[in-house]
Amino acid sequence: MSFQSKRKFTAFWVYFFLLLIGIMFFLPTLWLILSSFNATANMSIKWPKPWTIENFVYIIQKDGMLQGFGNSLIIAASVTAIADAVSILASYPLSRFKTKWGSNVSLALLFLTALPSSAMMISTYKLLINFHMIDSLLGVILLMSAGTTPYSIWMMKNFMDTVSVDLEEAAWIDGASRGQSVIHVLIPLMLPGFFTTTTYNFIGAWGNFYIPFIMLSDADKFPASVNIYRLYGMHGEVIYGQVAAYSILYIVPIFILYYFSQNYMSQGFNMGGASKG
Amino acid sequence: MGEKHLLEKRRAVLSILLMAPAAVLIGVFYLYPMIMTVYYAFTNLTLTGAQATDTQFVGFRNFLNLFRDPKFPLIMKNTIVFLVFSGIIGQQVFAFILASLMKKRNVHIRRFTGFMVVLGWVTPEIIAAYMFSAYFNDKGTLNSILRFFGIHRVSWMFTYPMLSVIIANIWKGTAYSMLMFQAALDGISDEIVESAKIDGANGWQILSKITLPMIKGTTATTFIMVTLGTLGAFGMIYAFTGGGPSNKTTTLSVYMYTQAFGAFQVGYGTAIALILLLIGAVLSGLYLKAIKANQD
Repeated sequence: MSFQSKRKFTAFWVYFFLLLIGIMFFLPTLWLILSSFNATANMSIKWPKPWTIENFVYIIQKDGMLQGFGNSLIIAASVTAIADAVSILASYPLSRFKTKWGSNVSLALLFLTALPSSAMMISTYKLLINFHMIDSLLGVILLMSAGTTPYSIWMMKNFMDTVSVDLEEAAWIDGASRGQSVIHVLIPLMLPGFFTTTTYNFIGAWGNFYIPFIMLSDADKFPASVNIYRLYGMHGEVIYGQVAAYSILYIVPIFILYYFSQNYMSQGFNMGGASKG
Repeated sequence: MGEKHLLEKRRAVLSILLMAPAAVLIGVFYLYPMIMTVYYAFTNLTLTGAQATDTQFVGFRNFLNLFRDPKFPLIMKNTIVFLVFSGIIGQQVFAFILASLMKKRNVHIRRFTGFMVVLGWVTPEIIAAYMFSAYFNDKGTLNSILRFFGIHRVSWMFTYPMLSVIIANIWKGTAYSMLMFQAALDGISDEIVESAKIDGANGWQILSKITLPMIKGTTATTFIMVTLGTLGAFGMIYAFTGGGPSNKTTTLSVYMYTQAFGAFQVGYGTAIALILLLIGAVLSGLYLKAIKANQD
């Protein structure tokens, strides 16, 4: 085989493999989509006959189901706001005042991020009991924020590192204060990094299952993730189509969020933010 | 007392002020529970009832019970198998292969496959667990595909429960590693690779002498994040199989939960938690050492 045709041959198999992987990754989701439009869905994959939005209509009328999305939103938005705010503050000295001490803090944060946080589920449960925050959204929000913050600081710091200090210094010469230079120079320039961190925090908090599952017991406070577990895991008959419809409604918002931020996300990853050691 | 000293002092004060909110949050809701895990593991802690206010120190009793537990070897084995096949081989190696194959390929296929893989990442784990129990069901999607190719139905959840959980977790986790590797690979300039080719380097040499050393930092970060994320995985496994059938998919995290919140053996549960934390701390420490070695 000549060099040219060998190259084409390889390219063919690479495309074939990538296409196959793409399809294989999609197949589990296909069942979810088809079932959500099928009133008589079960565990098998079936083309809906007829297509119907009945499942969606019924499930959102069920007790606590819409409330679940509200609770998920409250949790995810609060966690994102808290984690963003505290991490942008904390990352500034880590990025701007390069000290031995600061780099040790960064490494310690990474160490914390890497620990299996589910190992703390019992002692955090006990902690929330002591703080009278068990079975409260506030407790869940604070726990999740604390779990998210170390990695969030670390991402923000790396993104901040990519913005040269010279630009800030130029603003200082023009008479800007440190605070003004942060707001008018630093933050606009690290916006891709900021969006990446925000999206990352939001997706994590929106989808979190185990913290609310363990810490909440009042059905009025359950986020959508715990609702799905209960719809599906409770004994008795599971109405698969309705659970699928609820799941679709649960995925769509973060999917839209990801779709709009994906350019920022890939820019963010490219900035070397997350890839630096 | 020079001006430099004053500047340093001002910077130190500013640093402390800016880091205080994060430090309080992490300290109270992350570090403190971590320290308490160490303490509780040596007590007969219960979460409710009279004993909840009268927690007693019991020494190594929880650990002795754990090591004598006939299920313990199986659970350790499950944890390691899950970690190695789902975390290391599945997510990392597979994600690296995907990212390398996608480099410089047609933008449509890159987008298509990339999009499908990322679907797993944005999907909440509870939905993933639910979807995969349908996918691997006796009458589920996978068996329908096999039937199309004339292969007999396999009872996946019963015969290969661990494999099913591993595949589900790979589906969920590959995107993160893939995005990281893609970003790192994009950072390697074509010129270096081309000039190595002109010098007669083959594919393997380019991979081992150029590509891998250049993405060392990313590899280390991704490796630790994914490996330890996999070590602590709870929701996916618990919602998918509940640890069954007959404990075949019970990992340390799942066992900890069922002991503490199902069987109310809270002290025993924290002993398991402490072992998880120790494994995590050792792996994490090794990784930090590797990063520091890189920086120097």
